[in-house]
Amino acid sequence: MKSVAVSPEIQQEVYAKTTFGFWVYIMTDCILFATLFATFAVLHGNTFGGPGGKELFSLPFVLAETLILLTSSFTCGLALLAMHRAAKQQVMFWLLVTFVLGALFLALELHEFTNLVHEGNSWRRSAFLSSFFTLVGTHGLHITAGLLWIAVLGVRLVRRGFSAATVRGLTLFSLFWHFLDVVWIFIFTIVYLLGAVSI
Amino acid sequence: MHLFLPTLVAHISPDHGLFIFGAELTIIGGGVILVALITYLKRWKWLWKEWLTSLDPKRIGVMYIVLALVMLLRGGFDALMMRAQQATSVGASHGILSSDQFQQVFTAHGTIMIFFVAMGLLFGLFNLVIPLLIGSRDVAFPFMNSTSFWLYAGGAALINLSLLVGHQFAATGWLAYPPLSELQYSPGVGVDYWIWSLQIAGVGSLLSGINFLVTIIKMRAPGMKLMQMPLFVWSAIGSIVLIIFAFPILTATLSMLALDRTLGMHFFTSAFGGNPMMYVNLIWAWGHPEVYILVLPAFGVFSEVVATFSSKRLFGYASMVWAIAGITFLSFVVWLHHFFTMGAGANVNAFFGVMTMVIAVPTGVKVFNWLFTMYRGRVRFTTPMLWFLGFVVTFTLGGVTGVLMAVPAIDFQVHNSLFLVAHFHTMIIGGAVFGFFAGLTYWFPKIFGFTLNERLGRAAFWCWFTGFLLAFVPLYVLGMMGATRRLDHYDASLGWRGLFVVAGIGVLVIGLGVCFQVLQLVVSIAQRHKHLDTSGDPWDGRTLEWSTTSPAPVYNFAVIPEVHGRDAFWETKRHKPELSAESTPHYTDIVVPKNTALGMYIAGAACLFGFAVIWHVWWLAAIGLLGVIVLLLVRLTTDATEYVIPAAEVARIEAAGRERRLA
Repeated sequence: MKSVAVSPEIQQEVYAKTTFGFWVYIMTDCILFATLFATFAVLHGNTFGGPGGKELFSLPFVLAETLILLTSSFTCGLALLAMHRAAKQQVMFWLLVTFVLGALFLALELHEFTNLVHEGNSWRRSAFLSSFFTLVGTHGLHITAGLLWIAVLGVRLVRRGFSAATVRGLTLFSLFWHFLDVVWIFIFTIVYLLGAVSI
Repeated sequence: MHLFLPTLVAHISPDHGLFIFGAELTIIGGGVILVALITYLKRWKWLWKEWLTSLDPKRIGVMYIVLALVMLLRGGFDALMMRAQQATSVGASHGILSSDQFQQVFTAHGTIMIFFVAMGLLFGLFNLVIPLLIGSRDVAFPFMNSTSFWLYAGGAALINLSLLVGHQFAATGWLAYPPLSELQYSPGVGVDYWIWSLQIAGVGSLLSGINFLVTIIKMRAPGMKLMQMPLFVWSAIGSIVLIIFAFPILTATLSMLALDRTLGMHFFTSAFGGNPMMYVNLIWAWGHPEVYILVLPAFGVFSEVVATFSSKRLFGYASMVWAIAGITFLSFVVWLHHFFTMGAGANVNAFFGVMTMVIAVPTGVKVFNWLFTMYRGRVRFTTPMLWFLGFVVTFTLGGVTGVLMAVPAIDFQVHNSLFLVAHFHTMIIGGAVFGFFAGLTYWFPKIFGFTLNERLGRAAFWCWFTGFLLAFVPLYVLGMMGATRRLDHYDASLGWRGLFVVAGIGVLVIGLGVCFQVLQLVVSIAQRHKHLDTSGDPWDGRTLEWSTTSPAPVYNFAVIPEVHGRDAFWETKRHKPELSAESTPHYTDIVVPKNTALGMYIAGAACLFGFAVIWHVWWLAAIGLLGVIVLLLVRLTTDATEYVIPAAEVARIEAAGRERRLA
């Protein structure tokens, strides 16, 4: 049994399969979020006498969160462009910026959650708050996984440079990160904007 | 935590009821005997190296099927207890089970049969034959495939563990409707066991779905266009697309129920603004497609079986494909027919009723196409064909009763009655299970290298078929007489007892069929030298899997076949005999994935997480979650995951296969 020196054609095949597989995975994640959105849509008025979105959400705060996440998507794109130029230092730099922005976004979200809980408006308060925490929190969990992924990619890049696996990983990560951005746009619109105007 | 320690030391005693005690003894005793047997035969290393850590989809497929059949025995035993209870618990007698036990038994029966028997057989078949049918050496992601299997096994382990640690399972029915399944009304760990065993197995199913879709789309043999794929592969695509669309809904819904129970949320509670009907909608938005996930591959099996044993090209290939596509689409717009009585209003009910009836059209197209395939063919009545003919009878019966219940006004009468129970058993046993059995008999020689004993196979079929009719036709009648499902006791004056006894006898006859199947396996293995499949093509088959040797080598095809049309192997045999003759082709090195146990470990960590959450042991849950992440990282940083079978070794294996063929 000897190990394999993998040919470029096989690498190309692996790349095609993995990318397609990842798109399908994103599709399944879409449906997961769609289910949570549907639940939120049904339950958002069920405040059980507690506060609704209008009383709880601060739009300027959420706008700041949104801008940070959108910027991180931009820097993630820059990292990918740098990857195509094989500029390792630049990739590292933009990945780092993406990581910091992502972490900042997550910190703000946790800050919002803690405030809500301290004011007595936790997920136990009403069906509306249950669905709010779950929908937004699931997005936050995805962001957390993304941060972990950036860390792994960074370490790999330092150790091995642009191996086929790293390039593949960076491409998939950028898909994932942009996808989370899109989901957030929907959260921003449906949960926060519509929440602030209605009820 | 304070709850956990005393119960972890599983105090097994008869005071939980004789049957639970018996089940516990069976699990522990069976486990001990199995371990002792493997140790005695010194088979541990073999088991570990050849099977448990294997990434060969054929091996993984066999493991799926073995586990599914073990679970079939457990689910079947549950069925037997239910029949015994309903045959005896009448008037002054209260039968063999308490109400609570009876509820746990029917919940376990449904859950096990759908998630751990039917899904297991389905993925087992996918693994066994999809790469072979499309002329590929492997699936797209072999490691993920092994992880999927172990997640499925982990779910099965958890559901059995509920008997040993905690002595309880959900008593809510197999879909655990809230508010009954909420903490307020089901305070024990039973529902949590239900949630986490399904959640873990469900994630495995989802990963498998992604894996096989990529395999079929990206790894077909050169030249094989979509409209030239064997029909089983098309039916698998339909099933997989449904898995990809439906299982995330299940994941989300189970998570929400778990959040309600574990963190005190209010998605589906009856207070604090929760909405139980939301759950019922969501679970059926998964649950109805699930029915088609199970039955579409059975359609695919029959398409292969009927064409092969009629020695004819399948009638109406294109219409079969479009029928599958139609069923796939329609199965997402009918979920509400499971609860017409919710009160959504006449227009909503009418829409879903009509959609449900429309599904009968593509299904009818398929049945006629199979019959037309047989028409003027040289039909060989082998066991798989018997399963097909039995299926035509039962499936048509089930389809007709289904259309009946698609009328909301009729559904209001038979909702939650035994009529419904009889209907969906007709579809799942007479549809999916018969199909899986046909497929297993049909493809058995390709995997193991010898055919199954025909006589015992026929005996098994006839027991299953008559047993099925005896067990479920009385339920249709009882349902019409007003018997609701899940009754643990009824009044003697209703006069239902006779029919319940007949149904009980029916289950015993099915049990006899299962005994014949076990016997068939044992006898076939003992006499395998008499029934060796040396040709690699025992049925005069039409599709690529029959072009390679039996049992198929680890790499499936020494030389990847080129495909120029439908029924690729048949055409080769008929028109280019020199290609299938004994010329020595040019072999190249073949890359094969190395064995690994990491998938098993990942599923183990996931199970630990689930178990810890069930018992609210948060530190253990953290360890489980961390374990999953760390193990994934280990896999990501492992480089040499494949090895090469040199061309010379391939030539040696192929030469041995040829010699067997000539001998």
